[in-house]
Order: sequence, then structure tokens, then C-alpha cells
Amino acid sequence: MVQYRRPDTLSEALSVLERAGDNGRVLVGGTDLLIGVRRRPLSPLVLVDVKGATDLPPAIEVHDDGVRVGPTATMSALVATDEVQRWFPALVAAANVVGSVAIRNRATLVGNICNASPACDTAPALLVHDATVTIRSTAGERQVSIDEFFLGPGQTACGPAELVTAIDLPRPPAGHRSAFQRLTRRRGVDLATVSAAAGLTADGLATIALGAVAPTPVKAVAPGPIDATDPAAVRELAEQLTEIATPISDVRASEEYRRAMTTVLTERAITAAADAATPGA
Amino acid sequence: MNDHLSQLEPIDVTLQVNGTPVDVSVPAHRTLLDALRDDAGFKGSKKCCADGECGACSVFLDGTLVNSCLVLAVETEGSDVTTIEGLSVDGLSDLQQEFLKAGAVQCGVCIPGQVVAAEDLLRTNPHATATEIRDAMSGNLCRCAGYERIVAAIQAAAETRVTIS
Repeated sequence: MVQYRRPDTLSEALSVLERAGDNGRVLVGGTDLLIGVRRRPLSPLVLVDVKGATDLPPAIEVHDDGVRVGPTATMSALVATDEVQRWFPALVAAANVVGSVAIRNRATLVGNICNASPACDTAPALLVHDATVTIRSTAGERQVSIDEFFLGPGQTACGPAELVTAIDLPRPPAGHRSAFQRLTRRRGVDLATVSAAAGLTADGLATIALGAVAPTPVKAVAPGPIDATDPAAVRELAEQLTEIATPISDVRASEEYRRAMTTVLTERAITAAADAATPGA
Repeated sequence: MNDHLSQLEPIDVTLQVNGTPVDVSVPAHRTLLDALRDDAGFKGSKKCCADGECGACSVFLDGTLVNSCLVLAVETEGSDVTTIEGLSVDGLSDLQQEFLKAGAVQCGVCIPGQVVAAEDLLRTNPHATATEIRDAMSGNLCRCAGYERIVAAIQAAAETRVTIS
């Protein structure tokens, strides 16, 4: 029998999660979680709705050095924030294609990464933006780099008795640009067949991150700067960096097709980043 | 804290539906959609995929467009819900009339959700272009594939609203 708890404070929420152990599930947007609950209404899950905790960090906090995204920040709220639009274009592009309008009004950025789908839309962008994840339990608080957050499909560094309380996005250095590309079978509401985010520093050093081509989102950094306006150089770099991809065949695409499209999307993401207006100002 | 030790017992929830207070008593896993339809008697919102893919259950929750199949009834304590019934208290709304005029209603099952989602779009983007309408409505499926007429109906309603205002 599914149980529902709505703690008034963060510390109560952490105690409830600790007592619930492996059966505990944090509920915020519910757009992934409740699909599973519907299929198993008799499972012994304890849904911990943290939206009632009055001492949670604010949904979105903007400061001079970046943006702090709390557990209640929805995709819609995220993309409507000026500084997020200016500083993190890859993330905005990714958050804008998660589900539909109604889904984005409920789905949260924190929930999206905690669900840890290999095809998670926002993960490649967060990898390129060097996000840090703050994880809290009754024992205290720790921070892990987004690079170390994803452990496998549905598996993250956030344990059953823990709660992700923030995702910190550091403000990019002057001249840094980013972009996101996604391939789906149809244009609206679909899961990614392949996705790629790219970041490019003012002196041409590229970082790329890929979704849906490995058990977790993966990231690679270029060995040195390139001229991103030179298509041949971009192509060569994309081929080199996408060697980290280990795609599988599934209902959405074959391994071979994914591998080919990974390079194409990476090229496009680097080129789009190079063509983008310089944010950070 | 709302700590229900034995949740074999239903949970009492009070919410506002279309401006009227509604009390329901539901198990923890009951969705807002099921509570609206089966406990509160608002049958306008439809249950099709129940997975947040089709939009037939679209409602406003505290003014925000949501899929009511992906919200638990217990999450809505004290909330304000507007369903398709709440958009047509004084007869058919302008959007509903344009849907009929455009021949956008075929089997009709998706239409309550289509109209609620279209209402949300026109409130947030009164000058929506055809492309913006298609993007915004991509979470509302029509298995009769009446999309062309649905887009035409929303455009017609948008034009009339902009002219009037």
C-alpha cells in the first residue's frame, strides 16, 4: 500500500526518508514517479512530498557567481529566469524540450537528474555547465560534481535516505558559449534518441556531453583549442570526442545509427555554440 | 505533519474545484484525475493514457496547466483546480465554439484537454502563431488526427480575443 507523507520541515523530511529506507521516494513534480506508482499501487512505497517543507531553499536563487537551483524548481520556472537564459543556453534548450508544457510545469530539474535516465535531457547541459550537486541526509551535507553524480541507469550518488537540496551552476567565464542538440523520432514530446551539449570557451576549448548513448550521460573535454568556425576541425574533434559513446540498439534506434548521429549532433552542438551570441555579460 | 501511520485508511482532502469547495476521501495513490472523475463527479477531464503522454486530463492547478493523471489527489489539499466544466459555466466558451465551427471535434475524447491546454496557451501567449500553437499543444494528442482543424480553431479564437481586447 502506497503511503504519503508531507513533512513540514527539511529535517523531518530527512528523518522520514531515513525510516523509509529503500521504500522511500521523494515526491516533487511526480511526472516520472507517479507513472510507476500507478502500475504498482500496492507496493510498500513511502512518498515523501517535500513541497510542504517550509525551510527548503528557494526554487531558484540568483547570485553574482551563478545560480542555485532548489528541489522545487520546475523546468518552466528555470527557463523563465533571465540569468539562466543568459548564462546557461544549453540548459535552457534542454529544459525546453522535456515533455510537454504541462509536464514542464511540474517536472523539476532536481527530479530529472535523480531519475537518472540515460536519456535525461538536462544532464548533458549540466555536465557542460560544470554543475555541483548538494546532497543532504540526517548525517549532514555533502557536495558532488555532476561528473560523479550518475552511476548507472536509475542509479545516482544520492542514496535512499538522502535528498538533493541544490544544483549549483557556476556563472560561466566571459566569452563562454554553449548549445544543445537533440534527435527524436518525432518533433514533439519524445525521449531523446541521442542528445549532445557543447560548451566553448573564449579561446576555443570545447567540452561536450552526450545523452542516450551510454549507461549514464558522459562528458569529454577537447585536448586543446580549435577554430570552431572551421567545419573540418569541428568534424575531426567531434569524431575524436564521441569515442566515449557506447550506444546500444533499442526501440528508438540501432547502435550503428546512434553512433553515426552522436558525431553529427556533437558537430552541430559545437558549431551552434560557436555561432551563439556571447552570454555571461 | 500529515503523518498517516496506517494508510489503509483513506485520507481526507479538501480542495476547490471550479470555485466550489469539494471534500474527498482517497487512498494515497489516487490521482487528481481519478478523484475529480470518480469521487467528485467532474467527468469532463478524460482518462486516456494515464501516463502524462496524451493531455486528455489537462486541468489548471492553482492557475498552472498540469496533467491531472500525474498529480496525486492528496497533493492538492487547499488547492484551486479548474476543469473544462469551469471554463464553460455560462455556456460554451469562445474556444469551444471555434472548435465546433472548425469541425475540430471528431470522437471528442481529447477535446476537453485540448480546450484547457489551448486556454492556457492563449492566456500566456495571446498572439500565438500557428507554429507556437503546434509547439504548445504537442502534449495533447488527438487519435482522430484532427490537428489541422484544432490549430485553426485556436487561431480563430486568438484572433477574436485580440480584436475584442
